[in-house]
Amino acid sequence: MKQTEKKLQYQTTLIVNGKTEKLTLPAWVSLLDALRHHLDLTGTKKGCDHGQCGACTVICDGKRILSCLTLAVAKDGSEIKTIEGVGSKENPHPLQRAFIEHDAFQCGYCTPGQICSALGMLEEGEAQTLEEIKDSLSGNLCRCGANANIIDAVTEVKANHYE
Amino acid sequence: MRKEKFPIGIPGVNLREIEREVPVTEPPAWPINDKLKHVGKSVKRTDAILKVTGKAKYTADINLPGMLQGRMLRSPHPSAKILSIDTSAAEAFPGVKAVYVLRSNMSGAEPKGGEDNGYPEIKYAGQAIAGVAAKDGQTAEEALKLIKVEYQTMPFVVDMDEAREPGAPLVFEQQVEQEETGGGGGGAKGLEQQGNVRGPSTKSFFGGPRGDVEQGMAEADVIVEGIFRTQVQTHSALETHGIVADWKPDMLTVYASTQSTKGVRSEMASIFDLPESKVRVICEYMGGGFGAKYGAGNFGVTAVNLSKISGQPVKLMLDRKAEHLAVGNRPNSWQELKIGAKKDGTLTAIKQESYGTAGIGLGAGVGRVAQAVYECPNFLTEQYDVFTNAGPGAAFRAPGNPQGAFALEQLIDELAEKLGTDALELRDKIDNSVVRKEERRLAAKAINWSRRKKPGSDTGVIKRGIGVAQSTWPRLIDIDSTAEVRMYRDGTVEIRSGVMDIGTGTRTILSQIVAEELGLEPEQISVKIGDTLFPNGPASGGSKVSGSITPAARNAAYKAKQEILKQAAPKMEEKAADLELKDGMIVSKTSGKTMSFKDALKQMRTSQIMTSASREDDYGGFMVGTFISHGDLGSVQMAEVSVNTETGFVKVEKIVAAHSCGRPLNPMQIQSQVNGGVIQGISYALYEDRVMDKNTGHMLNANLDQYKIAFSMEIPDIEVINIEEYTARSSTDAFGIAEPANIATAAAVANAIYNAIGVRLYELPMTPDKVLKALNLV
Repeated sequence: MKQTEKKLQYQTTLIVNGKTEKLTLPAWVSLLDALRHHLDLTGTKKGCDHGQCGACTVICDGKRILSCLTLAVAKDGSEIKTIEGVGSKENPHPLQRAFIEHDAFQCGYCTPGQICSALGMLEEGEAQTLEEIKDSLSGNLCRCGANANIIDAVTEVKANHYE
Repeated sequence: MRKEKFPIGIPGVNLREIEREVPVTEPPAWPINDKLKHVGKSVKRTDAILKVTGKAKYTADINLPGMLQGRMLRSPHPSAKILSIDTSAAEAFPGVKAVYVLRSNMSGAEPKGGEDNGYPEIKYAGQAIAGVAAKDGQTAEEALKLIKVEYQTMPFVVDMDEAREPGAPLVFEQQVEQEETGGGGGGAKGLEQQGNVRGPSTKSFFGGPRGDVEQGMAEADVIVEGIFRTQVQTHSALETHGIVADWKPDMLTVYASTQSTKGVRSEMASIFDLPESKVRVICEYMGGGFGAKYGAGNFGVTAVNLSKISGQPVKLMLDRKAEHLAVGNRPNSWQELKIGAKKDGTLTAIKQESYGTAGIGLGAGVGRVAQAVYECPNFLTEQYDVFTNAGPGAAFRAPGNPQGAFALEQLIDELAEKLGTDALELRDKIDNSVVRKEERRLAAKAINWSRRKKPGSDTGVIKRGIGVAQSTWPRLIDIDSTAEVRMYRDGTVEIRSGVMDIGTGTRTILSQIVAEELGLEPEQISVKIGDTLFPNGPASGGSKVSGSITPAARNAAYKAKQEILKQAAPKMEEKAADLELKDGMIVSKTSGKTMSFKDALKQMRTSQIMTSASREDDYGGFMVGTFISHGDLGSVQMAEVSVNTETGFVKVEKIVAAHSCGRPLNPMQIQSQVNGGVIQGISYALYEDRVMDKNTGHMLNANLDQYKIAFSMEIPDIEVINIEEYTARSSTDAFGIAEPANIATAAAVANAIYNAIGVRLYELPMTPDKVLKALNLV
């Protein structure tokens, strides 16, 4: 049994929030579980584990991805940014400030995914109109219904920092 | 007792003063919000920075040393007897530390105890059977596959209409005695049960049948009637139900994603035969609940047993599929509603008959909207629960009420049309509520009601319409609500209560209340909640939190204030009665002498002052059971929609939501909560639908893709109007807003769709196929 287990383990290096993390993982471990269970970065949330709710969104090599649909070993060498790397209490990202100003959450469970998704969208620079922004944020479910304030927060950050 | 003058009424409408007798221990009356410093202001959430940086720890994020991962085995059959269970292979699987087989079903109407062989009967696909705890989730999942269950499958029925037929497979062979199972009301004990149909229930709280409906109908000049259907909606909180159980010989500690810490504690204590003092329940942050997260649950009982067996902490979070199947839903409804009225609009009779299924649970009534919103001397309701082989229903944001409003408010509109009256004018006539009248006026202005056209009169493919709907919700109070305030010698102030923050901003309003009372800033108040080591707080349900815990918080702060003033008085050579707390200073009202609050705390006799206070009975209030409850949180919502008459696609363009929650504590948080209620309402109106396969008994869309919920692209412009409405009922005079926010939306959208296309939709969700069918295009 032990041998079999060993065979299935892979050396994987992830650069998470600027820090190099060397992990030995079975192939089936999702990036989400690697972050949450192996690196104790629990800011990234599990909502559905099927790529349908967006709660697990992180930035991988500059692009937003669903970490629950990504195998950690497939991202060997990649740069991952999670909510913990977006900003801190002392130095929050403008998006984090805007989410607070606009009260863009209630329970807060979807918030890390919403912020990472919005950050990815702003960096991509494709969504321009309000309709495009709403469309582009529609991979992230907010069951509390903070969407209106999320849209306001993101639109404001786009106007102030991405134009 | 002492006499005290309070503001009462709505500023700008009927604000006046009322004198009430209150217990001498109560603090003096607060003036209306514009004279207060922190209460009624949009203070930013105290926990916001933790939520936006990913530092807030939810149950799913708890990681204890030596913690195991738990997984659950669920039935693939909708109806079966379990003949045997063999767990030996699972127990022998490397990495497995404990296996536990459930001996009773915790949720649903089945009496506890189960069958002779000790296994509960399987009543729905997805019902919990057993759990495994292992070193990691993958191992636990592998081990689940090794549990051998021998089933004897039985006939089943998942469709409500089929379940009502004579000869349908019986979900329960025995009489069901409970009143309700998952919150939200059900029939009384001992109601008749024929086949799968139990009822009728003819009562709702505050009343029941009145007058003579047949005579009322006979007196009517106009009668409107219709049959309305609503779907099953699942709560789909983003954090699934779950628990971390840590069984220790001297204390069971449970981290639970729950709406009621004290509720989980009392259930766990009772199930595991422990004194409540040896059960600690913690819920620091929680990823949504909406009514479904109460009690220990099958998963909770399993996790605690797994921890007890293994001697290690166990985390057990449900997966998304189980979340849809097993832990709550809003029951569907079939409603026949009939309203009689005089030519001048006066209502003469309302008759309602409804059937709904909460699966194996109870509580599928359609609420008290039809009974309570309008003046009508004759009223009768007969509400039936229909058992089906599906997961138990649970309270869901205003249980029964969105269903009831969908029918009532459409028929009121139909009545207005028949009488040739405007929908708002008719409501002005038949609705006595002062607050809803003001809400109608303000909402009509905001949506520009006067531009509303005749139904279906828009030309072109895309037709626009405007609609209105109203609601009511009682002011529910849990008397078992206590807060403790602590002042420390180092100058810090803390408030503690077992109440948790479901996302509505409980932490923030508590800091505002204490800061207001003590003349401090909200950020100076440390708020410790969500732990049963603190005094009992209310459950986050029924829109009870603000009304229940904020008076307790203010009273505890008031007591602490009196103590610190008493101690400071001799040092300031003043009388305590002449001192007040203002802007961080103790100030003498007579001499103007001051001492800083911090200095006063430094000189305290003991290193801390601890005071606690419970929720007093309402001033001049009423008592119903252990809850205080009275009055009417009135709401009016208006919707503007566009309907594509070629595709049937409905787009909600704008919602105006006018609401009252007594004294508003934090307008920004209220706006957020109303936004949330409206968005859930739109989602319910247009998209969400649990689809059951009659042939297999399985839910076909137990995921977040085919179970469609509104995303940002479906969100309209939402305008929230918040009325200040003083009632002089407690030291804060505040009430909740969660449930009212969600009741009227679907009905308002339905009325707007009618106004757009001139054809009425009688069934939720109002998907394109139903629109096209109504237009006779398919």
